Amino acid sequence: MAAHLKKRVYEEFTKVVQPQEEIATKKLRLTKPSKSAALHIDLCKATSPADALQYLLQFARKPVEAESVEGVVRILLEHYYKENDPSVRLKIASLLGLLSKTAGFSPDCIMDDAINILQNEKSHQVLAQLLDTLLAIGTKLPENQAIQMRLVDVACKHLTDTSHGVRNKCLQLLGNLGSLEKSVTKDAEGLAARDVQKIIGDYFSDQDPRVRTAAIKAMLQLHERGLKLHQTIYNQACKLLSDDYEQVRSAAVQLIWVVSQLYPESIVPIPSSNEEIRLVDDAFGKICHMVSDGSWVVRVQAAKLLGSMEQVSSHFLEQTLDKKLMSDLRRKRTAHERAKELYSSGEFSSGRKWGDDAPKEEVDTGAVNLIESGACGAFVHGLEDEMYEVRIAAVEALCMLAQSSPSFAEKCLDFLVDMFNDEIEEVRLQSIHTMRKISNNITLREDQLDTVLAVLEDSSRDIREALHELLCCTNVSTKEGIHLALVELLKNLTKYPTDRDSIWKCLKFLGSRHPTLVLPLVPELLSTHPFFDTAEPDMDDPAYIAVLVLIFNAAKTCPTMPALFSDHTFRHYAYLRDSLSHLVPALRLPGRKLVSSAVSPSIIPQEDPSQQFLQQSLERVYSLQHLDPQGAQELLEFTIRDLQRLGELQSELAGVADFSATYLRCQLLLIKALQEKLWNVAAPLYLKQSDLASAAAKQIMEETYKMEFMYSGVENKQVVIIHHMRLQAKALQLIVTARTTRGLDPLFGMCEKFLQEVDFFQSFVDKLLDLMPRLMTSKPAEVVKILQTMLRQSAFLHLPLPEQIHKASATIIEPAGESDNPLRFTSGLVVALDVDATLEHVQDPQNTVKVQVLYPDGQAQMIHPKPADFRNPGPGRHRLITQVYLSHTAWTEACQVEVRLLLAYNSSARIPKCPWMEGGEMSPQVETSIEGTIPFSKPVKVYIMPKPARR
Amino acid sequence: MPEIRVTPLGAGQDVGRSCILVSIAGKNVMLDCGMHMGFNDDRRFPDFSYITQNGRLTDFLDCVIISHFHLDHCGALPYFSEMVGYDGPIYMTHPTQAICPILLEDYRKIAVDKKGEANFFTSQMIKDCMKKVVAVHLHQTVQVDDELEIKAYYAGHVLGAAMFQIKVGSESVVYTGDYNMTPDRHLGAAWIDKCRPNLLITESTYATTIRDSKRCRERDFLKKVHETVERGGKVLIPVFALGRAQELCILLETFWERMNLKVPIYFSTGLTEKANHYYKLFIPWTNQKIRKTFVQRNMFEFKHIKAFDRAFADNPGPMVVFATPGMLHAGQSLQIFRKWAGNEKNMGTVGHKILSGQRKLEMEGRQVLEVKMQVEYMSFSAHADAKGIMQLVGQAEPESVLLVHGEAKKMEFLKQKIEQELRVNCYMPANGETVTLPTSPSIPVGISLGLLKREMAQGLLPEAKKPRLLHGTLIMKDSNFRLVSSEQALKELGLAEHQLRFTCRVHLHDTRKEQETALRVYSHLKSVLKDHCVQHLPDGSVTVESVLLQAAAPSEDPGTKVLLVSWTYQDEELGSFLTSLLKKGLPQAPS
Repeated sequence: MAAHLKKRVYEEFTKVVQPQEEIATKKLRLTKPSKSAALHIDLCKATSPADALQYLLQFARKPVEAESVEGVVRILLEHYYKENDPSVRLKIASLLGLLSKTAGFSPDCIMDDAINILQNEKSHQVLAQLLDTLLAIGTKLPENQAIQMRLVDVACKHLTDTSHGVRNKCLQLLGNLGSLEKSVTKDAEGLAARDVQKIIGDYFSDQDPRVRTAAIKAMLQLHERGLKLHQTIYNQACKLLSDDYEQVRSAAVQLIWVVSQLYPESIVPIPSSNEEIRLVDDAFGKICHMVSDGSWVVRVQAAKLLGSMEQVSSHFLEQTLDKKLMSDLRRKRTAHERAKELYSSGEFSSGRKWGDDAPKEEVDTGAVNLIESGACGAFVHGLEDEMYEVRIAAVEALCMLAQSSPSFAEKCLDFLVDMFNDEIEEVRLQSIHTMRKISNNITLREDQLDTVLAVLEDSSRDIREALHELLCCTNVSTKEGIHLALVELLKNLTKYPTDRDSIWKCLKFLGSRHPTLVLPLVPELLSTHPFFDTAEPDMDDPAYIAVLVLIFNAAKTCPTMPALFSDHTFRHYAYLRDSLSHLVPALRLPGRKLVSSAVSPSIIPQEDPSQQFLQQSLERVYSLQHLDPQGAQELLEFTIRDLQRLGELQSELAGVADFSATYLRCQLLLIKALQEKLWNVAAPLYLKQSDLASAAAKQIMEETYKMEFMYSGVENKQVVIIHHMRLQAKALQLIVTARTTRGLDPLFGMCEKFLQEVDFFQSFVDKLLDLMPRLMTSKPAEVVKILQTMLRQSAFLHLPLPEQIHKASATIIEPAGESDNPLRFTSGLVVALDVDATLEHVQDPQNTVKVQVLYPDGQAQMIHPKPADFRNPGPGRHRLITQVYLSHTAWTEACQVEVRLLLAYNSSARIPKCPWMEGGEMSPQVETSIEGTIPFSKPVKVYIMPKPARR
Repeated sequence: MPEIRVTPLGAGQDVGRSCILVSIAGKNVMLDCGMHMGFNDDRRFPDFSYITQNGRLTDFLDCVIISHFHLDHCGALPYFSEMVGYDGPIYMTHPTQAICPILLEDYRKIAVDKKGEANFFTSQMIKDCMKKVVAVHLHQTVQVDDELEIKAYYAGHVLGAAMFQIKVGSESVVYTGDYNMTPDRHLGAAWIDKCRPNLLITESTYATTIRDSKRCRERDFLKKVHETVERGGKVLIPVFALGRAQELCILLETFWERMNLKVPIYFSTGLTEKANHYYKLFIPWTNQKIRKTFVQRNMFEFKHIKAFDRAFADNPGPMVVFATPGMLHAGQSLQIFRKWAGNEKNMGTVGHKILSGQRKLEMEGRQVLEVKMQVEYMSFSAHADAKGIMQLVGQAEPESVLLVHGEAKKMEFLKQKIEQELRVNCYMPANGETVTLPTSPSIPVGISLGLLKREMAQGLLPEAKKPRLLHGTLIMKDSNFRLVSSEQALKELGLAEHQLRFTCRVHLHDTRKEQETALRVYSHLKSVLKDHCVQHLPDGSVTVESVLLQAAAPSEDPGTKVLLVSWTYQDEELGSFLTSLLKKGLPQAPS
C-alpha cells in the first residue's frame, strides 16, 4: 500500500511540476517581473531576520530564468544593504553566487556591486561567502582578463583577514583565477602574474592548517590550469611534509609529485652532505618516506603517486624493495633471498633445520642506517600495511612501475607472490591481476610458481579464474615447472569440477607457449611405455582431456612430438579436434592427409578472399532493382545461405555476415509479401493473403530489433537503415490491417500512430516526406492507398557495413541441463538455482541482460540480475554468475523448466526525445524501462520438482 | 629547575619484571608492575622498598598504570597492592582488565599448587586487587587528579595493549609498554599522534633486529602445515595460551576456509576458552579485517577449530593441534609430543633441545624418545623492530628517549642510532638508576586584548612559530601572570608615570649658523631614515618621531656646533642609533 501511495505521489509530482516549468519557459515575459517583484514584496513584508531567511530559502528552491536574473539580483542587493542580520546577508551572498551561475546570464554586471559590498562587510562568514560568489563570477568569465585581475586584487587584499575561512576562499580564488598569461600586457600585469605563486607560497606557513591546505590546493589548481610552477616551491613543499596535520601532508605529497613531474632532471643537493641528486629521485625518496606516515590517508596518497613516477632512476626504484635485515646486529638474508639461493644451489625444500635463517656476517654498527632518507623498503612497508586501502594502492603502484621497468618487474615478483596470501580477497585478486599485466616481462622461478599454484585451491572462484588467466600468459623456466603446474591444475579440477573450461583454456596457452618444455614430459603424461601397450584412458575424463589439450597445443609448433603418440592418441585427437575445436589446434600429422588438408586453409592468411567474397555477394544483391522479382528472390535466398555458411566458417566475419544476412532476410520477406498477386483484391477475398503478409511484417519487426540491439559496433548510419526497414514493416502491417478490418474507428488510432512514427525519422524515403502534407490531411483510407503504392515502389537501400561488428551471444555454462535428478523443493518455497554464463559483445550488460525462466505451464518469469553479478574478465567479454530463485505450486511429477538469457532493449532510449511528446506522458521511468526483449542464448532445461508441503 | 625523574625498578637494561617509576612535576607514577620469569626467589618481583621503607605506598604514588596483560608487565600487581599495600587507582584498558585476572590466577596456581610456594598471593587478593582497577578507553583522557592526566594509545602487541601518555600541565611522558609497528592477522599496528612529549619511554626488545616481512613467515607456516596434513600427518603447535595463539588460530582458520580444507583443528582447552571469549568481545581492539567482517561473522567464532580432548590424540588421520604450554616443558603439549614424535609424517614446532638438533630425548623415567617427526621453528613475535622503534619515535617527536625492556648491549646500539639519526637525547638506565631530565615547562601568560591588538597593528601578520618582541608590563599576582600595557599597569598599581630621558651632545664641525646646521641635519636624517617621520620644527629644532635634536653654538669655538639629542627611555634604540649616526658626521654639503 505504501509503495502504491509513493508511486501515486511520484506520478503527481511529475505530472504537476514538469508541465508548469515547460509553460514557464514559454511565457518568459510574463513571469520575469512577477518573480522579482514577488521576492521584493516578500522581503519587504519580512518583519524579522528569520522570516526573511525563510522567504529566501523558499525562493532558492525554484530556478530563475536567465532573463530575469539581473532583476532578482538588484532586489537582493538592495535588501542586502538594508539588512543587519549576518545570516540573512550570508544567504543573500550565497544566492548571488548561485544566480551568477545561471546559464545564459553574464555576471559581469553584478561584479562591481559584489566587490562593493565586500568592502563594507564586517562578518567573516559573509565575507567568505561573498568571496565564493566572486569565485563563481570569475569562473563564469574566463576570457575577461581585466575582471580576473581585479578579483585577484580583491583576494590579495583580504588575505590578511584573521578568519581562516576568508583566507581559505581568497587562496581558492587566487588558485582559480590567478592569471596564467604574463605576456598579455607586459608592464603592469606581468608583475601581478609573477606574484600569484609567491603570494600563495607565503601562506604555506600560515598558522591555520586549513589555510595551509588551501594554499597547497590553490597551487595545485594553478598547475591544473596550465601555469608552470616554479621549482622553488619544491623546497617549501618538502617542509610541509612534516606538518602536524594530515590534510596538509596529503596535499603536500601531491604538490611534490607535481613538481617532480615538471622538473625531473634538475639537481637538488642532499642536506648534510655535498652530494646532489636528480629532483625526481629526491621527490621519490620523500614520497617513499611518506608511505610510513602516521595517517593512512597520507599513506594511500603516497603509495598511489609512487606508481606514476616513471622517470625515477632504477637504482632508487630497486631500493623500494630492499629492507636490510639484521638480527642481533648481524646481517640476515630475507626469506626471498634464501629461497632464491636454495633454488640456485639445487636444493628444493628447506626449513628443516632450526637456525636455517640464522644471521651470517656481522654488521658494522656505524654503517647501519635505521631511517633511510631514501626509498628504502617503501614497498615492503606499503605491502605490509595495516589498512588494505594502502596495500591495494601499493600493489597498483608496483604494477605501474613494473610495467615500465622490466628489471624492477623481475625484482618485485617475490613481493607480489607474497600478496597472493593476503587476508583480504580484494588485495589477492588485485595482485594476481597485476602479475598478469606484467607477465610478459617475467619468468617464474620454480619456487615462486609453487607459491602461485598453491592459490589454485582457493575457494573463491574469482581468485581461481584470475589465476588461470595469469597462468595463460606466464613464462615457466623448467619442465618441472610445467609438470608442477599441470599437477596442480588437475588437483584443482578434481576439487572444483566447475572450473573445467577455464582450466582447459589455461592449459591450451600453457602448451602453446612452452612446446620444448612439454616435449620431454609427453611419455610420462600419456603414460606410454616403450614395450608394452598401456590401457586406453577414458575419453570422457576431464583430466585426461586437460592433459591432451596441453600436449596437442605444444605439438602444434613441435613437429617431433606426434611421433611419441600412441594409436589411441591419434583417435582421441580426431575426436577432440571435432568436439573441442576451440581448444585443440589443427596438427600436421604424418599419414593423416585428410585432417591436415581440411584444415590447411586456416594456416594461409585467409582474410582477404573471404572478405572479398562477402563484399562481392553483397554488391550483387544491391544491384537487385534491375532484376525481375523471381530472380531477385532467388538471388536473395542464395546470398543469405552463402552468408550464413561464411559466418560459420569464419569466426572473424561471423558478425558482419550474420548482420547482412539478417538484413537481406528482411528484404526477402518484404519482397515476398509484396509479390503476391492478390494484393489488389478487395478485402473479403483477401483473408488468406493477410496471414502471410502480417506474419512477414511481424518477423521483419523482430529481425530489425535484433539488428539494432544485438550487435555491438552498429553505427548511426546502420541504425537509420534499420529503422527504415522497420517502418516499411509497419506500413505493411497497417495496410494489412486496413484491408482486413471493417470499420474505420480502429484504423484512426493506428494511422495516427503510424504518422507519428514517420515523423520520427525523416529518412523514410524522401518522397514520402514530399507527400506529407497530403498524408496529414487525408483520410485513413487514402493514407493506406498512398502507402500501398509507395511501398511497392520503394527501393532496396544499400546497407553500408560498419568497421567492426559483433553479434552479442551468450552461453549458459551452468546449469548444464544434463542432470536426471530433479531439483526437489517444497512448493511455495523458493529454490536457488546457480546460473553461470559468459556473454560476448554485450554493451552495458548490467542493464540489458535478464534471465528468463519458462515454466511448463507457459508462465514466464523475468529476473534482473544484480549489477555486482557481472564480472568483466576481458574486453568485450562478461561473465554472469548469479542465483535465480524458482518457485511454483506443487507438481505431481518432475518437469523441466527452461532458463535462458534475454537482451532487453528500449528503442526510445536511443532516439533523442521528441518535442511533440507531451512532457507529462514521458516520465523518466520510461527511459529505463524495457520495450522488448530478444532471447540470445540457447535455452537450458532444468529438471525441477516442487513437492507438496507436508502438514 | 623543574625536572622529570625516571627510575626503573625492573626492565632497566633487562627483559622482564617491567616496573618504572616516573616523577613528573611533583607527581609520582608507576608504570607496569611485572614479575620476572627467570627467578623464583624475591628477585622475581620489583623491589618496592625502594619507593618507601615505611609508610603506605599510597602516600607516595599517585597512580599505577598497566600497559597490557602479559605477566612480565602485571604479574606483581596483587603482591604490590595487597601484600605490600597500595590503595590508589590502577589504570588499564578494558581487555587487560578482563584477561589479566585469568593469567594471574593461572600464575598463582602454578606457583602455589605445583611448586608449593608459601607466602604467595591468594585468589582473594587477586580479586581485591582488581577492584582497585580503573578501566580506560583508547584516546580517553583520564583526569587522575586536578593536574595529572593520562591517555591511552593503541599499541598492537596483544589484545588490549596500550601506550600511555602521562601529562601534568605542559610536561608529558609517553610510556609504550610492548608494541609492534606491523599489523598481524588479528591486531593492528601501534599508532600515536605527534604529541611531542618531554620523554618517550620505549621498549627495545628487538633493538638490533630489522625483521623480514611477515608474509613470508606466514606463507611458510601455512605451506608446511598444509603439506604435512596432505601427507596424512599430524601437526602439533605448542603455544602459550594468549596472544600468538589467537593469531595463529585466525591464520589457520582463514586458510582452511580459503582452501576448503576439512582436516580437523583442535585447541587444547583450559585458559584459552575463556580468553577466546574475551577476544570475541573486544572486536574494536582488533585489526581492520576482523572489525570490518564481524557484522557478518565474528572471526573468533571458529568454524574449523574445535576443543581438544585427550582421546583425540590417538585418532588416525591428519589433524592439527594447538597445545599449551609453548615451550613443551610440561603439560598437554608434551604429552601429545610424546605420542607423535615417533612418526616421521608428523610435524611439530617445538622446544629448545629439539630445535638445536637433538634427535634423542631423555624423558623422566629414563625413557629415551627418538624424535622422528619433522621439527620446524617459526618465530611470530610481536615487538617492534629497530626500524619500528625509530618510526614510533619519529611519529611522537619526543625531546628525549629512554630505553627499557631490552638487553644492555643491544640498547647501546639503538641509543647511538637514535642520537645520531634523530638527534634526540637517549638514556638507558639500569635497574635502580635514576635519570633526571631538566624540563623547561611553558608558563601561560594572559595578555590584554588591547595590547595584543596594538602590537599587531604595528607589525605585519603574526608569523606562526616565530618569536616576536613585544613591549608590555608583566604583572604577577596570585600565581597567575598577565601581560598588560604599561599605562594600564600603572593605573592598576596606582603609580605615577616617571619620564626617563637621555640627553647626549654631539659635536659637529660646521662653520655655518645653527639654523643651517639644523637644516643640514634635517635633510641628512630625512635621506637616511626613510621609514621614520622626520620633522623640522619652526623653532629650529628637528624631531625624529619623539627624539628631539637641537643645534647650539658654543661660545668658545665657532667652528664646532653642539647638537643636543634627547630621547625618552622608550626610544632608546632609535636614540642611540641617531647619536652614532650623527657622530660619524654630516656628509659634505653640496656647495
